[in-house]
Amino acid sequence: MLANTTKLVGFAYLLPALLFTCVFVVYPLGHLVMLSLTNESLLGGGEFVGLDNYRDAFADRSFWKAFWFTLKYTAFITPVLMVLGFLLALLSMANTPLRQFTRGVVFLPVVIGLASSSLLWVWLFNQQVGLANQVLVDVNIIEKPLVWFNKSNLGLLAVTISVVWKVVGFGMIIMLSGMQQVSQEVLEASMIDGASYWQRVRRIIVPLSMRAILLATLISAIGSMLAFDQFYLMTGGAPRGQTFTSVYWIYQNSFVYFKLGYGSALSIILMVVIMAGSALQLTLQNRGAKA
Amino acid sequence: MGSMIAEPVGASRPMRYLVAAFCVFLIALMLAPLVFSFFASIKSPVEAGLVPPNYFPRSLTGENYASVANYQAGMWTYVSNSLIVAGLTIVFCLAMAVPAGYAFARFPIPFKEGFFLLVLASMMIPYQAMLTPLYLMFSAIGLVNTYVGLAIVHTILQLPFSIYLMRNSFEGIPKELSEAAVMDGCTSFQVLARVFLPLVVPGMVTVALFAFIASWNEFIGALIFMSNEQSFTVPVMLTGVSSGQFGVVDWGGLQAGVMVSIIPCVAIYLLLQRYYVSGLMSGAVK
Repeated sequence: MLANTTKLVGFAYLLPALLFTCVFVVYPLGHLVMLSLTNESLLGGGEFVGLDNYRDAFADRSFWKAFWFTLKYTAFITPVLMVLGFLLALLSMANTPLRQFTRGVVFLPVVIGLASSSLLWVWLFNQQVGLANQVLVDVNIIEKPLVWFNKSNLGLLAVTISVVWKVVGFGMIIMLSGMQQVSQEVLEASMIDGASYWQRVRRIIVPLSMRAILLATLISAIGSMLAFDQFYLMTGGAPRGQTFTSVYWIYQNSFVYFKLGYGSALSIILMVVIMAGSALQLTLQNRGAKA
Repeated sequence: MGSMIAEPVGASRPMRYLVAAFCVFLIALMLAPLVFSFFASIKSPVEAGLVPPNYFPRSLTGENYASVANYQAGMWTYVSNSLIVAGLTIVFCLAMAVPAGYAFARFPIPFKEGFFLLVLASMMIPYQAMLTPLYLMFSAIGLVNTYVGLAIVHTILQLPFSIYLMRNSFEGIPKELSEAAVMDGCTSFQVLARVFLPLVVPGMVTVALFAFIASWNEFIGALIFMSNEQSFTVPVMLTGVSSGQFGVVDWGGLQAGVMVSIIPCVAIYLLLQRYYVSGLMSGAVK
């Protein structure tokens, strides 16, 4: 009797969060699936069209262009973020005041909004008033100011630099938390055996903080696959839509062209790709852990 | 702790100086964008638009701040919109995550881990994909362009991690404490209010901190759900500044706006760094 009351009371505490999740996550998710099977538009419509949206999506070259561009961005920025994050974590491991301060400063942009940082960097990279060109001209790397946002590769580089500045501290902190789990005894033992610094890093620290490294990689890669703010605010898709990302293209279809049904189908395709990618990484990770 | 990993054995003195110099270089590199943005924000509007630009301001004025203060409905309208939405997000997250964390940590509920997974699984669903059905739902019930509507979107984003943090907080409290209170005849609610709440304050601070920063900074949701000029949040308003008027961008004004949008986050980070970093780390270690 008492046990049942306790269960009920506990369930009552859980109820608000569960209801919220059902109303604002589970239900909209179901609705998203339904929408993707209709030609729903903000301008009217809403008839059932079966799998037409998906058929259109697979034939939509703009969507796949945006999708590959997002993949390219992810493949480019993720290793940069992870390697730099790892090296910064190594650097800031030591508890000397200077290194702790360095850690705090590197982490600082993480709390700034991506929109704010994008609007800061779009100014720095502006071809006329931006300081990025000025610095590059002053140190003789380039002769004339560059126009950063009219070539897709240069635009991608500018966005990548700004995002690395903004989020590199996140990977650093996650990996640092992994490194702090590495036991001191193992390290001491390896030092007695005469292992050099980089040997210790490679043979002990990397394998023992692998979970944190993979977690940081996963979170970072998912974030990049969902990139929107930085491209919306910095390149605006320019030149000629070459820097549209998947989410940007979905936003464009749903809220600029009002094709909600079609946008929903694109959302589902993207969601499935991301979930499959995450599941794949987690599986490989678990298999790696067992082996 | 950690010195053993970080220092190569017998690292020579020149090596250590080199590392220190590198740290200083890194600090300068990371701070430079913020410092130059600040400089641009206190230049005169004319100087901020100079081609080619100069690094250091020759003049020192508040004109750019004055011009963003008067931008459209006025900067303070947008700042208060952002603050209200962030405040509501904090309230919603705490109101649900505290009891849920308590329940997950302390009650034998059937299918408990299943429910926990359900709540956490919503973290796996990109909220960008959910914006369309949410938009339709909110326009049907009149929540588009309202504080509550956007706060709900931000709560969707933040609730799973909040619950995760609160569960950890409650689990960190020794069982004996609540057992003693129950012996004394307290109801579960009294135990929560009198015994637990004071002990999970650090967890609640962390939840509030993450909720504030996520909500204050969130962009695409605010862009879609706050389409009315009066209800823009700060990042959405800055988009307007950055696209300029009659093809001319007020660069000094934009950087002044960027400063206004950055300052609350930086201030909170400096004050509550401990909670923020430990919150992130607790998420990573488990």
